[in-house]
Amino acid sequence: MNLVIEDLHATIQGSEILRGLSLSIPKGQVHALMGPNGSGKSTLAKVLAGHPDYEVTAGRVLLDGQNIMDLPPDARARLGLFLAFQYPSEIPGVTIANFIRSALQARLPEGEEMDAVDFYQTLYKRMDELEMDRAFTSRSVNDGFSGGEKKRCEILQMSMLNPSYAILDETDSGLDIDALRVVSEGVNRLKGPGLGALVITHYQRLLNYIVPDVVHVMVQGRIVRSGGRELALELEEKGYDWIIKECGDPVAA
Amino acid sequence: MSEKPDLQMSDLEAGNFSYPEDYAFNAGYGITDKTIDYISDVKNDPDWIRAFRHRALEIFQKKPNPTHWASHDLDNIHFDKIRYYLAKGQQASRNWEDVPDDIKKTFERLGIPEKERKFLAGVEAQFDSEAAYSNMQKVLSDQGVLFVGSTEGLQKYPEIFRPWFGKVIPTGDNKYSALNSAVFSGGSFIYVPKGVKVKHPLQAYFRINAEQFGQFERTLIIADEGAELTYMEGCTAPKFETATLHSAVVELVALKGAKIQYITVQNWSANVFNLVTKRAMAMEEAEVKWIDCNIGSRLTMKYPGVILKGRKARGEVLSIALAHDGQHQDTGAKMIHAADETTSNIIAKSISIGSGRSSYRGLVHIPKHLKNCKNNTECDALLINPQSRTDTYPAITVRGEGNSVQHEASVSKVSAEQIFYMQQRGLTEAQAMSLSVNGFVNDLVSQFPIEYSVELKRLIDLEMEGSVG
Repeated sequence: MNLVIEDLHATIQGSEILRGLSLSIPKGQVHALMGPNGSGKSTLAKVLAGHPDYEVTAGRVLLDGQNIMDLPPDARARLGLFLAFQYPSEIPGVTIANFIRSALQARLPEGEEMDAVDFYQTLYKRMDELEMDRAFTSRSVNDGFSGGEKKRCEILQMSMLNPSYAILDETDSGLDIDALRVVSEGVNRLKGPGLGALVITHYQRLLNYIVPDVVHVMVQGRIVRSGGRELALELEEKGYDWIIKECGDPVAA
Repeated sequence: MSEKPDLQMSDLEAGNFSYPEDYAFNAGYGITDKTIDYISDVKNDPDWIRAFRHRALEIFQKKPNPTHWASHDLDNIHFDKIRYYLAKGQQASRNWEDVPDDIKKTFERLGIPEKERKFLAGVEAQFDSEAAYSNMQKVLSDQGVLFVGSTEGLQKYPEIFRPWFGKVIPTGDNKYSALNSAVFSGGSFIYVPKGVKVKHPLQAYFRINAEQFGQFERTLIIADEGAELTYMEGCTAPKFETATLHSAVVELVALKGAKIQYITVQNWSANVFNLVTKRAMAMEEAEVKWIDCNIGSRLTMKYPGVILKGRKARGEVLSIALAHDGQHQDTGAKMIHAADETTSNIIAKSISIGSGRSSYRGLVHIPKHLKNCKNNTECDALLINPQSRTDTYPAITVRGEGNSVQHEASVSKVSAEQIFYMQQRGLTEAQAMSLSVNGFVNDLVSQFPIEYSVELKRLIDLEMEGSVG
């Protein structure tokens, strides 16, 4: 059981961002994806989720063996793929409770209704864990939220939707140290044999809280190096320049 | 058409069926003085009504279509190809059992008797030109509440009916109020006596069954001092190839301290011209609230208004319009302040889908001699597709010191990023659209009675389902 990315190429408005990226995330593991700005990390997240602006020109993605490249974003999500957005959208007038409930309802067979009492019990429990005020349930999704509130809300949705594979796109950006701790603890609670996670980050800092099994380094649309945790520490110490030099320019190569 | 109820049929299509025509009374095509006399004869009108109708016809024929400001689509109404009166009989039944079979089946398919049992204080169901069913809880009639058709109202209760009839909306207000005044039939006459508060809503249901036909109901509601009521109306028609005309006149009178809430969910089929004049008069400390939801029709032109005639009177219009491909929802509100310390509030939200067009027209008038009057107007438009269209035409005249007006307008779009975000959570594109649209109208809908907010949400869901593909 794993999420396998095979030789993925993707373009936006004609320019190629992913240039033959391959990666495999077994269920039960946490992989970190690091890399300099502009290396294509966020593009990878969006392409995996099926963002319509990107065109996949080659390669495929298998979720537990099933090719998901021809599926619309919602079908991928219902198969168990979750993306915690770097910049979550605001949905005015739609409350968090209503939004999560609709998302869960979309996973049920037609005609089947969710139990409202169970739903709210679980929701409140998850909110308590994330140190979120219960008044949040009646606020519109991300509408007027601070950066930290948005990220907590992403992790809350993740914990309610219970995905089998999660991509966390720069979840640490814009968080102060307390929020970083709460959000990381939230992710750690979800870690386990049923979840494979890809944690995208520019900085090593997050990986002190969410400890990865494997670290990948991405440069110009490909994975240029993979290793253990120590690779992240090395990057923090030396920056990205040495690895770019060492690998050469993958486009020219 | 098959009579088998199809439970899979969506609600938007639920009204799309008809029964073969079988009318005892038919005024034929076109409109002349003869048509008026036919209607007056059949309805056994008193002389003053007959004269009223003839005078109205003259005004109707003189007035041009208001295409200097309104849609030129009005020119596509062919008045000589419309039938102005179609009925099986003139008496409404008090029991569903006595209603003619095909009419009874029609309303059963639309769920009217069921709703009556569940939460309504009274129901009137109009089929083409006349009400086929009319009933109200006995406890209300015991309190002196009247809820009858317009014909019964003017014949049996002229002392209440006549002083107000045509006073809030004069015949010559516009071409279509004149047309209605000439050929009106059906609609409700309601009188709530002093201090009586009607807890549950009274409902009218308007059904067009025939092709090439015009429905012209006339409603007059009078809430006496301190009285309260909520009136709801719904409507459907089958989809015909030819245009159908619906042109109602609705007059509300709220006497001192009275409260009237008037709720419309308009879901005509897409071939119906819906040209309706609705206005209220609010006396001292009275409150009138129009809740107006327009989802169906080809062209709707409707601007519910309140004349704030008594000190501290309050008027409100909450309006939601949804314009799909080929539809034009031209809606809005009118607030005429005519006394000190009067307040008015207008919140209008429109959604344009595909090539749909929504227009907001607002009139707010506060003359110089008045003191401490307030108006608040908010109109928000949501555009779903790049070719969707919205226009705003506010006309605000506020003079005098101590009067204030606040006007806010916004246009927003459902962004592709927002839809992607929602799809990433597992909602289909249609579900995501629908949730966005419901979010857009949510603060308004939450002020509606629960039965209507649920129905409205379902209608929006169904509209959005068909809009992505």
